[in-house]
Amino acid sequence: MKNWSIALVLACVLPACVTINIYFPAAAAEKAADKIIDDVWQLKNGAEKPNTNTVEPK
Amino acid sequence: MKKILFSALLLVVMLASQVVVAAADLEVNTPAISAIKGSMQARHAQLASHYASGAIGLTKDGLVAVRDANAVPLKERAGLNGVVAAENADRAKLYQEIATANGHPEWQAEIQNTFASRWIDKAQGGWWVQGAGGWTKK
Repeated sequence: MKNWSIALVLACVLPACVTINIYFPAAAAEKAADKIIDDVWQLKNGAEKPNTNTVEPK
Repeated sequence: MKKILFSALLLVVMLASQVVVAAADLEVNTPAISAIKGSMQARHAQLASHYASGAIGLTKDGLVAVRDANAVPLKERAGLNGVVAAENADRAKLYQEIATANGHPEWQAEIQNTFASRWIDKAQGGWWVQGAGGWTKK
């Protein structure tokens, strides 16, 4: 019985590991892009935030 | 019965942890990325007036392009092409560095697409941006 549980756990974990690495983390990329753009364009005074589709409460 | 419950609980925990990992930030604080950012930041002072005049615009593939060279005096045009080329080289390097810094060089194109829409979203009013139907003024 215990073996079955372990097998089930492995069956869940292994594909999950693969999944994490294959899919592109779109939200994280967007956040990273925003951070870099704010730095490059020096927008980070927090005053103006034109049309952000990703509303981030701070 | 208890075992099944336990397994189900484990499964939930695993799915939850997967979500957490997926939501983790991308690594963007490497020395290489900081160097590119610094170079782009310094160049922005030069580019800003060209964005405003419409001489250059933000392309839909996350780069910049000369849109209307006539907006720049003749003798400055060579310089304009130079800064645009330098900016695009930095941008391409930036997208590639972010992808490799996160262990996924194959993400470069998607990172570039993400940046493309974010540059355009954050562009100031009056700047030219490229959409599916061509150039538009924000």
